[in-house]
Amino acid sequence: MTIPLLTAAALTVDLGTRNPVRILDGISFELQAGRTLGVVGESGCGKSMTALALIGLVPEPHRIGGSLRLGDVELNTLDAERRRLLRGKRVAMIFQEPMTALNPVVSVGQQIAEMLEVHEAASTSEARRRAIALLGQVGIAAPGERAPAFPHQLSGGMRQRVMIAMAIACRPQILIADEPTTALDVSVQAQILDLLLELQRREGMAMLFISHNLGVISEVSDEIMVMYAGRIAEQGPAAEVLARPTHPYTRGLITTMPDIRHRQRLLPVIPGAVPDPRHRGQGCSFAARCAEAEDICSEAVPALRGHLHRAACVHA
Amino acid sequence: MSEIALEPAISVWTLRWRRLARDRAALLGLAVLILLIALCVAAPLFERTLGVSATDTDLFTRFSPPGDGHWLGADDAGRDEFTRLLQGGQISLSIGLLGALGSSLLGTLIGAVAGYARGKTDMVLMRITDGIISLPVLPLLIILAALDLSKLGFSQDFIRSGAAGYWRIVLIVTLLGWTGVARLVRASTLALAEREFVLAARAQGASAWWILSVHILPNAISPVIVATTLAMGRVILTESALSFLGVGIQPPQTSWGSMLTNAQELIGNAPELALYPGLLILVTVIAINFVGDGLQAAFDPRTDSR
Repeated sequence: MTIPLLTAAALTVDLGTRNPVRILDGISFELQAGRTLGVVGESGCGKSMTALALIGLVPEPHRIGGSLRLGDVELNTLDAERRRLLRGKRVAMIFQEPMTALNPVVSVGQQIAEMLEVHEAASTSEARRRAIALLGQVGIAAPGERAPAFPHQLSGGMRQRVMIAMAIACRPQILIADEPTTALDVSVQAQILDLLLELQRREGMAMLFISHNLGVISEVSDEIMVMYAGRIAEQGPAAEVLARPTHPYTRGLITTMPDIRHRQRLLPVIPGAVPDPRHRGQGCSFAARCAEAEDICSEAVPALRGHLHRAACVHA
Repeated sequence: MSEIALEPAISVWTLRWRRLARDRAALLGLAVLILLIALCVAAPLFERTLGVSATDTDLFTRFSPPGDGHWLGADDAGRDEFTRLLQGGQISLSIGLLGALGSSLLGTLIGAVAGYARGKTDMVLMRITDGIISLPVLPLLIILAALDLSKLGFSQDFIRSGAAGYWRIVLIVTLLGWTGVARLVRASTLALAEREFVLAARAQGASAWWILSVHILPNAISPVIVATTLAMGRVILTESALSFLGVGIQPPQTSWGSMLTNAQELIGNAPELALYPGLLILVTVIAINFVGDGLQAAFDPRTDSR
């Protein structure tokens, strides 16, 4: 293994001041250049909060614990201004909904050019020229004619391509993609995934790919991190986790993927919902929904066990 | 590829202008304003070609009826009423514009900072706003009118020149008028700051000022432009009130407000001297309100798309 670009170690996030709620608890992972970590879990599992913690935009008021290192720089103690200059430049992010993540009154070319003006002090004409080149790179035909268009004049797929162009404008080392294909229809999803993977190969970026869709995750990821209620349920090499899931939650997620080869009258579900982070109890937070739960499960939070392929379950 | 055929990219401003151009009342208001401004700017030209003066007193032509170069007659000091109205218009209209712009700029700045910073900054700025809104305007104006500028370190030359009165009005209007715009902009900023493209901009490393100026204000500007046009009418009326109280424009300069003030003593002899500036103020304010209504419609995306 090479030296990781980014290392999270026992990362915790508490929101609120008077009655802080632990939103993320003990998140540890590494991002390697040119590799993709897929983060999967239901809504409210802390996937997006992990992304926000990475770029340092956790909503105020908050307290962050543990360690987050970019190369040999500790990000959690970095001052705000230096942290801001890393955003977009070394760590960039793509959002789920390209319509709302683009400014409706600024042309898309201008929005890409801004990135270069902010981070590289590029002149207006230089930034414009490079913005058009970037639009071409993300597969937009006739980029020169599209650059003056406003977001509402583009299709969903093209808007997401614009978002990607903005994210890669400064050639970041780490790209965070928070559900980048969820708002797109299926045929466009595949195109966007291909584009992301190709850009990653060409630029050698590390990617943190967030999705609730295990199918999408399995296509893009080298490593998988399954999150549940703000904690890691299971993590390991993608093929390993998908072929031999050891946490009941991961197994549940895999079972719920609809399979086109078998006609099913009812889609399998995991009963129940993710617990409120304020009332997680003291045991395994999945215990209430777990078919294999025993008394021991509700006594203490199980630790992550294993070496490369780890799971937080007493049965693992 | 999922590309689709598109109409050529039109800027939002082109769209807004097209919508405004379809509003007859707004266009009429705009035409009236442009005509008034053109006439006022041309005041010296009229003086020369008609051979009259807006400022020189002439006891032989006091209250002379229209005719003989005096298109609207002469006033109580024998000054030509028509060109005097135009000269007064220069001051009234420019004070209206400056005062409205000044208060809108100040209000936008304060509102944007309060809405984006939130917390204590927001609290302090909004309490100041509430404070200014709750001040009783008329007594305040009288106090400001009584303020002795020489005690504030201004030179006597400046105080005696017309500029002092002019800038005093602009300043008073600006300092009292920004509160409405500040509240508008703060509300828009609070809402816009929650939008995902602001989070996206932050994720790209944009600074607070960059986000405010590039991402928030352009999206919040519509109500501000409308409020500014409406404020112009209000400022012209405030100027009249200030001049009426004697703070305003002093002879030989004049404004519609001070002409109205002078005419009040003569209302029995020469009611037309009060009528002319009063009518001009009325027409200007109505025209500005038409334009403001038109802008409001043109800037609202719900009034059809193209």
